[in-house]
Amino acid sequence: MALDVQAIRAQFPILSREVNGKPLVYLDNAATTQKPQAMIDALVSFYTECNSNVHRGAHALSDESTRRYEHARDVVAGFIGAASREEVIWTSGTTESINIVSKGMAQRLQAGDEVLVTEMEHHANLVTWQQACKAAGARLLVVPILANGALDADAFVTMLSEKTAFVAMPQVSNALGTVNPVRSLIKEVRARSPRALVLIDGAQGVAHGGVKVADLDCDFYAFSGHKMFGPTGVGVLWGRRALLAEWPVWLTGGEMIAEVSYQDATWGALPHRLEAGTPHISGAVGLAAAIEWFQTLDVADVQAHEKALLDRAVALGSEFKGLRLVGAAPEKIGVFSFVIEGTHPADIGFILDKQGVAIRTGDHCAQPLMKRLGLPGTARASFSVYNTLDEVDALFTALAKARDMLV
Amino acid sequence: MKLPEPSEIVDDLEFLGDWESRYQYIIDLGKALPKLPEDARADELKVKGCQSDVWLLPSHQGDVMTFQVDSDAVIVRGLLALVMSAYNEKSPAEILQFDIDGFFKELDLERHISPTRGNGLRAIVGKIRELAATG
Repeated sequence: MALDVQAIRAQFPILSREVNGKPLVYLDNAATTQKPQAMIDALVSFYTECNSNVHRGAHALSDESTRRYEHARDVVAGFIGAASREEVIWTSGTTESINIVSKGMAQRLQAGDEVLVTEMEHHANLVTWQQACKAAGARLLVVPILANGALDADAFVTMLSEKTAFVAMPQVSNALGTVNPVRSLIKEVRARSPRALVLIDGAQGVAHGGVKVADLDCDFYAFSGHKMFGPTGVGVLWGRRALLAEWPVWLTGGEMIAEVSYQDATWGALPHRLEAGTPHISGAVGLAAAIEWFQTLDVADVQAHEKALLDRAVALGSEFKGLRLVGAAPEKIGVFSFVIEGTHPADIGFILDKQGVAIRTGDHCAQPLMKRLGLPGTARASFSVYNTLDEVDALFTALAKARDMLV
Repeated sequence: MKLPEPSEIVDDLEFLGDWESRYQYIIDLGKALPKLPEDARADELKVKGCQSDVWLLPSHQGDVMTFQVDSDAVIVRGLLALVMSAYNEKSPAEILQFDIDGFFKELDLERHISPTRGNGLRAIVGKIRELAATG
């Protein structure tokens, strides 16, 4: 059944506003998605009806907020298919999630160990591992991409060995939209590098639906709330329970302890041992509401709609004089990255903004990738479930004007 | 190219009503602004913006300060041309006296020079004023 996009749009209040006197065409979803009313309502309800700190239940409000907060963990666990709720750690976002893992690994890596990342990493999944390797004297190996922006799977396989201690890669590239075949790549990791742990950066993957961590067979999965219709400042680290139970604590303080004396402390149980301090309670509650909203949609419909949007953009792009698509991997989702001959992406973004069309321009927090592609940056339109084919057309109308003005 | 005086630019932009002709004017200024030779685009002259890079090459002739500026984005080059109309071939005293924020406000372009914009323009203005202040 096809998605009723107008009914979905009606649930996102921001989509009816104007920008520079023009109807907003929001195509910067890879940076952050807009928020459905159900998510906004959950935030308002939390602060209006039950705001209180959690896990300190001497009173009714604290009980209620703890219930909503821990229910949110159950929602996430169900959404990504975690084996238990204790495997869901709240973080501030993908970056923090990856840092918990990379800082833990920095303590475990030995000199001579190898860590694999890919050329398509954004900084959050690159600088973290580069620094962990530096600290431990381990080697960072960067798996190349092919000319079309797909991962070089053959190179990936040949770079795996018994020395491989960790593999970190994105499910979907934020700059190119490439969907990596993570399931089959992880099979190769298991066959060739028995002790390697695998982290999947799901920042761009999770909002397209259908992620089940057990199917992927990864060890860690990281994502942000705000890129999947939830609030900013909240995210998730999922990890296998046995790993998280022993994982080096990264932040110490309240909430994460069992017993404390002046000179010593012991750590509490999962999930709290990795969640020091008062958490982002409303953020967790909001993210759960966003996920529950998203779960009312059919994943196959969502993905078919997003594919139709991208196909339309690619088709119109191929007819657009001077436009070069950046990243043409056979498996792509959500991202249309491009350059227009004789123009700078920043100029394109600016002229589009004047016409109400919001895109992202620049290096997309992936400077080494842009260098690898020989580009100062790209212009990037990124799609979400509430975008329409008309909006893709509006993008190209706006681009035609930009080209006329700039070239 | 001889850049128009600030007052001429104000008049021109006032005359151009809609955003398209206003920005076309800025883009055309940007295209007309002399480019820095590729080898002068040295890293030490670079002021890094988030969206685009800008370069500033200052020099002195007696009491007159001259600047060469460049950017890889043409709208930023156009805005730099506005900055140059105010600052280039002026004395340090004239530079320090000139109300650049007021100038951009009068042009209804103040958002481009606001600290929240990552286009390097604010940094260039800061750098020029600093050079003028230290002589």
